[in-house]
Amino acid sequence: MNRKEIWIAFATIVTREVRRYLRMWPQTLIPPVITIVLYFLIFGNLIGGRIGEMAGLPYIQFVAPGLIMMSVITNSYSNVVSSFYGSKFQRNIEELLVSPTPNIVILLGYVVGGMTRGLGIGVIVTLLSLYFADFSIHNVPVTISIVLLTSMLFSIAGLLNAIFADSFDDISIVPTFILTPLTYLGGVFYSTQLLSDFWANVAMINPILYVVNTFRYGISGVTDINIGWAFAMVCLSIAVLFSITLRQLEQGSRLRS
Amino acid sequence: MKRVTENHTPALQIRQLSKTYGDHFEALKGIDLTVESGDFFALLGPNGAGKSTTIGIICSLVRKSSGSVSVFGHDIDADFANAKRHIGVVPQEFNFNQFERPIDILVNQAGYYGIGRRVALERTERYLKQLGLWERRWEPSRTLSGGMKRRLMIARALIHEPKLLILDEPTAGVDIELRRSMWDFLCDINQRGTTIILTTHYLEEAESLCRNVAIIDHGRIVQNTSVKALIKQLSVETFVLDTRDELVAAPEVDGYRIARTDSHGLEVEVASGQSINPLFAALGEQSIEVLSMRNKTNRLEELFISMVEKKLPETAA
Repeated sequence: MNRKEIWIAFATIVTREVRRYLRMWPQTLIPPVITIVLYFLIFGNLIGGRIGEMAGLPYIQFVAPGLIMMSVITNSYSNVVSSFYGSKFQRNIEELLVSPTPNIVILLGYVVGGMTRGLGIGVIVTLLSLYFADFSIHNVPVTISIVLLTSMLFSIAGLLNAIFADSFDDISIVPTFILTPLTYLGGVFYSTQLLSDFWANVAMINPILYVVNTFRYGISGVTDINIGWAFAMVCLSIAVLFSITLRQLEQGSRLRS
Repeated sequence: MKRVTENHTPALQIRQLSKTYGDHFEALKGIDLTVESGDFFALLGPNGAGKSTTIGIICSLVRKSSGSVSVFGHDIDADFANAKRHIGVVPQEFNFNQFERPIDILVNQAGYYGIGRRVALERTERYLKQLGLWERRWEPSRTLSGGMKRRLMIARALIHEPKLLILDEPTAGVDIELRRSMWDFLCDINQRGTTIILTTHYLEEAESLCRNVAIIDHGRIVQNTSVKALIKQLSVETFVLDTRDELVAAPEVDGYRIARTDSHGLEVEVASGQSINPLFAALGEQSIEVLSMRNKTNRLEELFISMVEKKLPETAA
């Protein structure tokens, strides 16, 4: 395929992905917004008012970046995992597999499709959070780049999960038993300064800690970790997951008999 | 129909193709097959013979264990993009997103082949109209009938205008009227130069449409010849005769085995090349008037059954 044809194939996949979640908006767009509003109401307004400050910030300002990032992570992940596994289940993934579309374009198409949902929800949640908390952006390049990289990272992870999944149970195991616990333990609701040295060191192996803290740094200038190190970790994770996922697509294992 | 073009590059060339699922099950045992450009080719075989595995490998949905496949000279491994560009496939089972609309399914499929939206929309309109789906283009495809879904898959397979169209049992579960209209459609596109490979359980379909045929059984090609040559191999044909008057017993005619099936029906076995004029003369002498005559089964079916039965393992008895 020449460049123009590759671009058309890529745009087709992305457009189809966007149309999919817009067509299912009561399932894909409304629930995450309601969930985050409840978080803001309960942890921000009701409980947050009694907690006072965390890491030098009013609690609602402390949790807001984490909640925004949480919505970006879960929506990027769940969009790709459900869409790709749904295509495997209905076998319409064969439409792509029989076509000359290169595997890397299939990968990028699904990932960018997932990113549009993750980032779109992130924007909606950010606008909603302004109703509950006053904050400005401390460092625009850091804020934008980390949210883009995070969305990309978890979209790729969702695709990898979908490739390996053999049932609908398999696509809910990772979000339920891995992603959600890591998110809750990833510094969304508390600073690692509250933890003992041992648990603070354990927390450092949680990738979500890096993205949440980097995003919080971008918004408020407060962080528990080194920002440069965080970017390196996220970029490395993207490179590793991207390579594994592309290799799976190239080999066709779990996609072709 | 049934025209093979002058193009010397075969539409499909398979060499020593084998496929083993897991460690033991050999679905294909080193098959060789050539389909000429412009042909209308039937791939026949009982369930589990290896037809769908062969098709799956050609369109890269199944990974081969060894051997080579080339489509119009393009190897499916070394030159996969060009090979895929030439193939359109209609699988046995519905494999489109049931929540998408026919128009979106076709335009998206065109997009995967790098075809721009304007051309894709033109072709979508043309194929949906030809296949009688244009009025339903905006409705979710899950609301279409079984026959419509099958036609939608044919339209989808044609959207990038492939030179080789592979249909895996395209008329399974389709009513007779619709089946005939699909035959006409396939004959039309074959006449316009598209090579067609068809698997089917309706052997009448293969005999009516196809010029050449391969029979695959237990992962091996057991016959690969023209339909005419294959039918010549038929040693005995069975005809069913309907008589005007009631028969109390089967008449006896030298050279023919005749059995009475019911009060107005006879079955007559006729050897290959044997004239049936003496039969009618003898029946006339016995005052038996024949109203109609037909083959008991499709001729190809008779031959197919005899070939496959010969190869059945003894445990089947």
